[in-house]
Amino acid sequence: MHLLIAAGAPVIPNFGGASDKCAVNNGFFCWNWFTQHWGSTFGPAVVQHIVLTVIAVGIGFVIAFALALLAYRFSVLETPISGISSFLYTIPSLALFQILVPFTGLTRLTVEIALVSYTLLLLFRNIITGLREVPEDVRDAARGMGLTQRQILLRIDLPLAVPAIFAGLRVATVTTISLATVAAFVVDEGLGAPIFDAISRSGFKTEFVAAAALAILLAWVADFLLVALQRLVAPWAAKRRSSLVPRSVVRAIRGRRRPISAVREA
Amino acid sequence: MQTEDDTGPSDSPRQHARAAELEFRNVSKRYPGADKPALRDLSFKVPAGEICVLVGPSGCGKTTAMRMVNRMIDITEGDILLDGKSVLGRKPSELRREIGYVIQQIGLFPHLSIGDNIATVPRLLGWDRKRIDARVDELLELISLPEETKDRYPAEVSGGQRQRVGVARALAADPPLMLMDEPFGAIDPITRERLQNEFLRLQETLRKTIVFVTHDIDEAIKMGDRIAIMREGGVLVQYDTPERILAEPADEFVARFVGLDRGLKRLALSRLADLSLDDADSVRDGTPAPGQADPDRVVFVDAQSRPVGRLGRDREPEPIGPVGSPDTSLRDALSLIMSDGNRPLVVVDADGAVAGVARLEVIAGALAIHNGRDASTEMRS
Repeated sequence: MHLLIAAGAPVIPNFGGASDKCAVNNGFFCWNWFTQHWGSTFGPAVVQHIVLTVIAVGIGFVIAFALALLAYRFSVLETPISGISSFLYTIPSLALFQILVPFTGLTRLTVEIALVSYTLLLLFRNIITGLREVPEDVRDAARGMGLTQRQILLRIDLPLAVPAIFAGLRVATVTTISLATVAAFVVDEGLGAPIFDAISRSGFKTEFVAAAALAILLAWVADFLLVALQRLVAPWAAKRRSSLVPRSVVRAIRGRRRPISAVREA
Repeated sequence: MQTEDDTGPSDSPRQHARAAELEFRNVSKRYPGADKPALRDLSFKVPAGEICVLVGPSGCGKTTAMRMVNRMIDITEGDILLDGKSVLGRKPSELRREIGYVIQQIGLFPHLSIGDNIATVPRLLGWDRKRIDARVDELLELISLPEETKDRYPAEVSGGQRQRVGVARALAADPPLMLMDEPFGAIDPITRERLQNEFLRLQETLRKTIVFVTHDIDEAIKMGDRIAIMREGGVLVQYDTPERILAEPADEFVARFVGLDRGLKRLALSRLADLSLDDADSVRDGTPAPGQADPDRVVFVDAQSRPVGRLGRDREPEPIGPVGSPDTSLRDALSLIMSDGNRPLVVVDADGAVAGVARLEVIAGALAIHNGRDASTEMRS
């Protein structure tokens, strides 16, 4: 209802301060308006969005990690843990807010509980898969050389699970950044707030185009940073990939190049 | 761990080879729920510094037996003794650090560099950094890998190199005993042969006690000082030297397992150096004296006594064909003779000078001599 009314009669937020032609006409994206409202609206929203995401992924990772270790040690636990986190994952976010609000109110806590519960499945599955996919011969060699169970977990299993763990972290982070926009239904925080405002009140296009674009940009940057971090933590994984897959390609290119340069020299 | 540091190996394994005697004493293994034991009353001794090959068809319990030594598998009954001391009283992880362990899939740690892989056990034992670095360099040299390989990851080196690194990693803390489970099983035949030879050369200097598991009787004959032949159900059928197993298989099963060509396999165990050669009639210049008693023994030689030709079937000189050396196995020598119309094989010494000729009859006779010697001088253990 709000949306329809708002779309009919756009209300420019903070109109008057620095309106130009684009803003008056409710253009698709008004750069001037955006830069004028960076400090008051978008900048803080980006920071809030990052905070929401980092807390959700951080807490989600800690819980998922503990659960994965537990399920790794006692494999009977894997199915129930997996089932519960799958169940949480399927609850629609708006419904989950509705359920939580009577208990935790319109607070950041409500948002974080929802966001954390969505990260659990992705993170848990990836961590446990990473641990389980450590090659049996590697584990056997480790045991045969006298590493204790604890040393095998810390020095072999976990480092080898790093690529899978990071794959989970990347998906969870990008998903959370996207989901955190919905938090604006509960608290006036994050990049969801301008979008929500545009939809429910102002109908001003630049407001939600800018917020949505920032959310996408944030997801890209976060993903890139995680890839870079993984390269740092597990340099061997990149080496392995580059040495296994494209070696044939490299050889093909080199093989083709050599005769050409030989001809040139001749 | 500290005592290991104090009494442990000095810097060179070549000078301070340690080896332990290994004894299986009435060892049995029963898995819960299985109606038959996996291993039945296994008893044998491996003298210090020898390679004992456990060989048999799959399901004979050879790998189980090997894995009981470092307690990767629990012993149901009986005992395994290392230098007279039971492995049962030991903490498994500490016991394993004293026993080299090589498996078919190698199991290098893909996230650690080659150097760090090799340093695994020394680190567990708490060696200081300088000693570990020196040891890693020494082992890389021992397995003839270039020093820069140290910083590579396992995925960046070849399969043969990975296998060598697996052996080096097992040798890192200079263990008195090595367990090797089909270590050359997953490698192409040419590389396998090279690695086997390399390993035998290594063993000549290291003199470790080695338990080597394989299903390949030819590998067993090649690698083993002693061979334990096992059959389905975990029964030890024969424990003997390769010569004796080939000459006197204990029963029909062993005879079938070693194959109908066991005579040839025995020939492969001896070299021309073990044989008394017939003299060659070396002819340096011109033609051989007329009325030569045996034209097959005539060899034309150059100034350094190296063979350049011999008399052909038509009594005309012809260029020399393949020659044998002291290292040539009798099996290869036999093959060369038979593909040359049963003419004696010309044998040269290390300098390439003619040492004599090997006749077919003499090689065939070697089998009989082996039988006699084995029966009279070697007691069955």
